[in-house]
Amino acid sequence: MNTESNSALRSEIAEWMATHLTGRFEALRFRGNSGDGDALPELRKEWERELARGRWTCPGWPEDMGGRGLSVAEQVVFQEEYGRAGGPGRMGHIGEGLIGPTLIAFGTEEQKQRFLPKIRSGEEFWCQGYSEPSAGSDLANIRTRARKDPVTGEWIVSGQKVWTSLAHLSDWIFVLARCDEGSVGRNGLIFLLLPLDQHGVEIQPIRQIGGSAEFNSVFFEGARARAEHVVGAPGEGWKIAMALLGFERGISTLGQQMSFAQELELIIEIARENGAGRSPIIRQRIARAWVGLRAMRYLAMRVLADDPSGDMRREVLGYKYHWSNWHRDLGKLAMDVLGLEANIVSNDPRRERLQQLFLFSRADTIYGGTNEIQLNLIAEQGLGMPREPRGTLG
Amino acid sequence: MTLVLTDDQRMIRDEAARLLSERSSSEAVRKIVDSGAGTDAKLWSALSRELGWCSMAIPEEFGGLGLGATELVLLQEICGQWLACVPFWSTACVATPLLLAAASEEAKQRLLPAIAVGDLTIAVAWGALGEINPLAVCTVNAAKVDGGYSLHGHVSQVVDLPFADLVLVPALLDGVLSLFAVRRDAGLHIEPLTSMDATRPIGAARFDALELPPESRIDGDGLTSDAVEAALALAQLCFAAEQAGAARGVMDVTLAYVAERVQFGRAIASFQAIKHRCARLEVDIAEVRALIYGAAANFSADDAGELRLEASGARALASELLFRAAEEAIQLHGGVGFTWEYDPQLYFKRAQATTAILAQPEGHFCMIADALLGEASA
Ligand SMILES: Cc1cc2nc3c(=O)[nH]c(=O)nc-3n(C[C@H](O)[C@H](O)[C@H](O)COP(=O)(O)OP(=O)(O)OC[C@H]3O[C@@H](n4cnc5c(N)ncnc54)[C@H](O)[C@@H]3O)c2cc1C
Repeated sequence: MNTESNSALRSEIAEWMATHLTGRFEALRFRGNSGDGDALPELRKEWERELARGRWTCPGWPEDMGGRGLSVAEQVVFQEEYGRAGGPGRMGHIGEGLIGPTLIAFGTEEQKQRFLPKIRSGEEFWCQGYSEPSAGSDLANIRTRARKDPVTGEWIVSGQKVWTSLAHLSDWIFVLARCDEGSVGRNGLIFLLLPLDQHGVEIQPIRQIGGSAEFNSVFFEGARARAEHVVGAPGEGWKIAMALLGFERGISTLGQQMSFAQELELIIEIARENGAGRSPIIRQRIARAWVGLRAMRYLAMRVLADDPSGDMRREVLGYKYHWSNWHRDLGKLAMDVLGLEANIVSNDPRRERLQQLFLFSRADTIYGGTNEIQLNLIAEQGLGMPREPRGTLG
Repeated sequence: MTLVLTDDQRMIRDEAARLLSERSSSEAVRKIVDSGAGTDAKLWSALSRELGWCSMAIPEEFGGLGLGATELVLLQEICGQWLACVPFWSTACVATPLLLAAASEEAKQRLLPAIAVGDLTIAVAWGALGEINPLAVCTVNAAKVDGGYSLHGHVSQVVDLPFADLVLVPALLDGVLSLFAVRRDAGLHIEPLTSMDATRPIGAARFDALELPPESRIDGDGLTSDAVEAALALAQLCFAAEQAGAARGVMDVTLAYVAERVQFGRAIASFQAIKHRCARLEVDIAEVRALIYGAAANFSADDAGELRLEASGARALASELLFRAAEEAIQLHGGVGFTWEYDPQLYFKRAQATTAILAQPEGHFCMIADALLGEASA
């Protein structure tokens, strides 16, 4: 990814970050990453608008949609440089990376006109309403109902979503709901766009492992989506929902190695300082982390290369499992290097960052398909092993 | 830098895979194991003479194809997958890079073209076969005598020695590490050993004041250059590729078995405990292969640099991976996994044997840690 043709872009981004992530935005460096998502929300929204002024929101979108039309490799360069500079977790990620590309692929002209510009400008923020109390790994077990109002044509939504990241800071939610009464599984679902600021929507933050509340329960009681805010046709919700996840597994994770590398460097720095780096066991673990990160970088390049021969298909499937487990192990290593110091909460920025890493990396192997679901996927799609049987408990 | 194989590379790989799937089948390997030879002379002749495998990474000026590290790891991977009983690694991935890095121009002219056409099979008599730097110990001394040199010493394990035409011997000459090339028929004592991994022969070499002509000393300027380090890193990387290939091979054996075997009214492949263990191995195979191919794409013969660390990392992961793939194979085969008749045992022995060669994972991680954190004693 360090190719010649990218180096101009690389330095352009680095320079932009160096001149803009300053002043009041300085406080945002390294903040707001996954698990720390509710840190400094208002300032981060302002930061999104700052990015937008520099045309650095949605750089991968086509130019006629307001993007820069960057290639996948170039987008990774952006992610890497953004991470290297300590760019904060992106409030606009769900709009830019998930619903935006979905609308570009499946949305109507009106939907694109209505929603894309405000995602790009950092004016409207989105959240993802998939998971429910009874639909986690088994996402198709959605119970939230959408019923058509025969008079207005609007969709009336009732039910509960859960673990909805950033809902309390968002303007819109996309919801997977059941529109065919009596349907089960993947059939009879609908993909709806709803404003959160309306009667019939109640958002309750859920406090998470680190004490903050990045995700929420979202209750719908007769909330309304306009008739023209269905993506795809009613009944096609599953198809749209899966396509959206396809976008999620893409670029944002490929660029994250830069911040992983910084975390590892920080751990090495501390291990050198505090003597932990003399322990033979810690040394082995640090070396192992370094090797894993190297491999991850090449794995990402293989994912990116998107080899038309299909040589790498099996390997690409394992990418999420690899990075998430590597990162989780790094969190534990960070604590073990800090030793007793890790037990004390302080505002020493280095320690705080590693404590957050330790706690928040626990989510990496849960969201976006848990470890176990990933392994099922690899076994079934990669190795051709039999599919999991479905039970009868509903 | 791209990690996508070129059409030519894919062709080399597919051709090699097709050939070895026929010629290094389980039955073929078992014939060699039963014979005690450890080397499949016919197969080796086909690969080295007819198909030019040894010419791959030899520059064109010396009669080779001038290809690179990627081609070597491709072939090594396939050799590993089929447990091919051939001295390809020793000849093409250890001796050849060493010659390219350290031999005098004259010696290169003399030896490399012969290797390229498959006329020379070479083993290297490292003093420290179990270390990352196999030159760390030298148990052979050389002295200048009238009409050439005299070698004295003993090397307790030399991979592929029983089948080699020529042995490269690092030896101390007036305190300087030098390299000698000793022909098998030059009066060297080879003591064949019985290896637990019967798919690769090992012998001990004894030099009893062995008198050699002057041209037997082949190094240009000792054995301490950056280029020698790069050659050693390449040898490590190619060995990791063999291990990763063997992991793939034994995993394929396992996948085929669990798909067939029925218990509790279902194929045991449908049990999630089994699916997950196979999937874990698959993730680890992907990890190691990414590292190997990434490092190979970056390989430069002049300077080991980061490649040294990446190659060591690949070796550490590949040793662990292959062992786990082989032990899982035995476990998931149940009783038949413990038999001579089924193939997991062959891979299991290869796993342990390769782990011990050129340093175990701990040694590699230690070296990497030293590079990242400074020496432990500091
Ligand atoms: C930080 C965070 C942010 C999130 N943000 C969002 C969001 O914005 N929007 C959203 O919709 N969702 C979000 N999620 C939810 C996330 O997608 C789910 O948590 C995830 O899909 C798992 O579902 P679950 O929590 O119901 O666990 P369950 O599915 O109940 O899983 C519990 C355990 O059972 C295992 N298990 C389940 N099925 C199988 C199986 N077939 N085989 C083997 N083991 C199995 C799981 O692997 C897990 O270990 C977020 C989660 C986290 C942690």
